[in-house]
Amino acid sequence: MDLSYGAEYEAIRTEVRDFISAHRDQAPKGGNMRSKAVLDWQKLLIEHGYAARTIPEAYGGFGAEPDVLASRIIAEEFANAQVSQGLGGQGISMLVPTLLEVGSEEQKQTFIRPTIHGEMVWCQGYSEPGAGSDLASLRTAAVLDGDEWVVNGQKIWTSTAHLADWIFCLVRTEPDAPKHQGISFLLFRMDTPGIEIRPLVDMTGAANFNEVFFTDVRVPKQQIVGTRGEGWQVANAILRHERDSLGDPNIMLSRLNALIKLMHSETIDGRRVIDLPAYRDRLMRIQGRVMALGFNDMRILSARINQKDASLARMVVKLQGTELRHELEQLGIDAMGELGLAYGKNPYLRDHGNWQTHYMYYLGLIIGGGTSQIQKNIISERGLGLPREPKVAAKAAATA
Amino acid sequence: MDFGLSEEQTLFQDTLNAFLAEQVGLERVRRIAAGEESASAVWAELAELGVCALLAPEAHGGVGLKPLDAAIAAECLGHHATPSPFLGSAVMGPTALLLAGGQGERLERLAAGDLRMGIALGEAIAARAEAGVRASDGKLNGKALYVLDYGADEYLVADSNRGLHLVCASDLEHRPLATVEKTRPTGELVFNDCPAIPLSTDPAHLQAVLDAGRVMLAADTLGAAQNMLDQAVAYAKEREQFNRPIGSFQAVKHMCAEMAAHLEPCRALVWYAGHALSEVPEEAHLTACHAKAHLAEVGTFVARTATEVHGGMGFTDLLGLHYWFKRIGFNRQALGAPELVREEAARAQQLAA
Ligand SMILES: Cc1cc2nc3c(=O)[nH]c(=O)nc-3n(C[C@H](O)[C@H](O)[C@H](O)COP(=O)(O)OP(=O)(O)OC[C@H]3O[C@@H](n4cnc5c(N)ncnc54)[C@H](O)[C@@H]3O)c2cc1C
Repeated sequence: MDLSYGAEYEAIRTEVRDFISAHRDQAPKGGNMRSKAVLDWQKLLIEHGYAARTIPEAYGGFGAEPDVLASRIIAEEFANAQVSQGLGGQGISMLVPTLLEVGSEEQKQTFIRPTIHGEMVWCQGYSEPGAGSDLASLRTAAVLDGDEWVVNGQKIWTSTAHLADWIFCLVRTEPDAPKHQGISFLLFRMDTPGIEIRPLVDMTGAANFNEVFFTDVRVPKQQIVGTRGEGWQVANAILRHERDSLGDPNIMLSRLNALIKLMHSETIDGRRVIDLPAYRDRLMRIQGRVMALGFNDMRILSARINQKDASLARMVVKLQGTELRHELEQLGIDAMGELGLAYGKNPYLRDHGNWQTHYMYYLGLIIGGGTSQIQKNIISERGLGLPREPKVAAKAAATA
Repeated sequence: MDFGLSEEQTLFQDTLNAFLAEQVGLERVRRIAAGEESASAVWAELAELGVCALLAPEAHGGVGLKPLDAAIAAECLGHHATPSPFLGSAVMGPTALLLAGGQGERLERLAAGDLRMGIALGEAIAARAEAGVRASDGKLNGKALYVLDYGADEYLVADSNRGLHLVCASDLEHRPLATVEKTRPTGELVFNDCPAIPLSTDPAHLQAVLDAGRVMLAADTLGAAQNMLDQAVAYAKEREQFNRPIGSFQAVKHMCAEMAAHLEPCRALVWYAGHALSEVPEEAHLTACHAKAHLAEVGTFVARTATEVHGGMGFTDLLGLHYWFKRIGFNRQALGAPELVREEAARAQQLAA
């Protein structure tokens, strides 16, 4: 057990701190992701290696060697300072790493620079009404017509489709191949004729995800990532990035601190909630679990650096992280009782209503990106080596 | 940076696990639990491996290792449900003696496996059934219940002012108390003007001894629960019903996945809590409390679920799963049930009075 980062890394930490204190008044506080302040900040971060750190310079990144510890220190310092570490989103967190792995040189040249600079915003078109957990059964079809793919079908739950410039999309190009081998990965503009976006209101009241309909959408032939029929492998590379990016221990800790604060300020019969043992015990239970996941995260990080195996430790993060977070937000609501129901315009609203928002939002994350049940399938089959479920004879094929 | 066990630690773990698997298998555990064989021989064998001497400094015949190394040993012992006085004689006793100072000769005897030290600190955490120990003029009065590692030569006792004392088993009345966990002898000590060696009046010393003990119990539960999970997974692959291995049923699969999902992060928590005991003193108490309480909860869940995966067989004596079930149950109550320990965690952060 050696928890010191070493002088070299402490120097990086000092650098990051200096940067933050010199520039923090330029940092955007929320706001439109297309605003000049946001884009300028993103540019500044990339120039200093605090965003797009390991993306090669040739594609507009900073070009550092991958170094998980350095990345972690940077993330920690920005989180501690509560300063934005730049843009996220599905383009940056999922598409860019995939292009780096399997994209053509031309695709890397075309897409990575504007994406990491926030000038090209993406959405992820995977799920369909008939293909959720069983994603590989997707039916949206693309047929080659001369130099273009012609796309027809429907996606659903497409987050930020209404804000996106482009979509990375899974389509079926080989209708006669087995279901995992008939899929291709296409990139196309969201303003291509034939695309219709209908917002879907979610339980928080926001309309962040959408239905997206494609009618004879024409996509240039070369806008396919990887080879035809190998979109499933390409997609899986992305899913790995998505699962890795959920469950940031810094965010969990800051929510825990917010919860502790809330329990000090809220009262029941004039007594602070923190002084009531039943609530306090729930808080301590959650703190113990947050702690375990935090150390688990350090173990994963360290295993990466030292080339040790921590696959099971990694596999449980999405399941444990999202469920714990949901429970943490639940305790925030319970600490307020009826006041915790407040939502929207209400004089007794606390913390802008974010306890209810997060409570619901994290239920969405329990479901999205591979449900908890699917996570358990993965843990038991790939992690523990339990037998796969026997395949049911394909009913869909018979009725289609 | 390396958050994990070193090569030497992994080697130590493998060696100890191999020894226990070979020499102290379930059949031997059964005989010891039934009183047909004494656990003393096991302790003598462990002494040869240096397990008794882990924490004692080299100057006193010890190996001079750290609490994290002891936690690794505790995990192994839990994994094999090994009956042994490890907690008192190899960890809490030596920790108390090192803090008190001037106890080189005792440390040496503990390290050699020649002295056994039982632990009577329960009343300092939560006195039940009107038990409690008062100290005055170098004498102890009162009683201590459910002392750990009963059958020892000496006992480490806490008084009502959170001071620490050593008493000799021959200077007091005592009797065994039967519990559901037959591999861990417990008993009652009765003090009538019992002569005692004062070790410390500093409550911080008591705290440090308890922290060390709690991390060991957490590590023990980690090992025991991991073993139960491993057995459940192996059984689920092998046992067939409806012409399929039961492990292909999702209900069974998900029970296993949930056990793994809860248990796997516990490993990092136990490692860190063990590390903190000696290397991060400002976090040692809080992480020890959380390791103890969290492992109690996860252990209880695994103990129940792994038993269920085995169906009726899990409930039998035949399979012996219940040795781990009871071990985890014992660890949960010893040195503070989870609610009590979490309350201490809250106090440690000024979240409770
Ligand atoms: C907030 C949010 C944002 C999202 N954003 C996007 C996005 O941007 N792009 C995109 O493509 N998709 C997105 N999704 C879709 C998401 O990936 C799917 O909702 C998810 O994969 C589940 O699919 P489903 O909704 O069809 O549920 P279903 O697959 O129908 O599942 C319903 C229930 O059945 C269970 N179930 C299904 N199969 C199994 C099985 N084999 N074993 C055990 N249980 C099973 C599930 O666990 C669940 O409880 C988003 C979802 C949410 C909630």
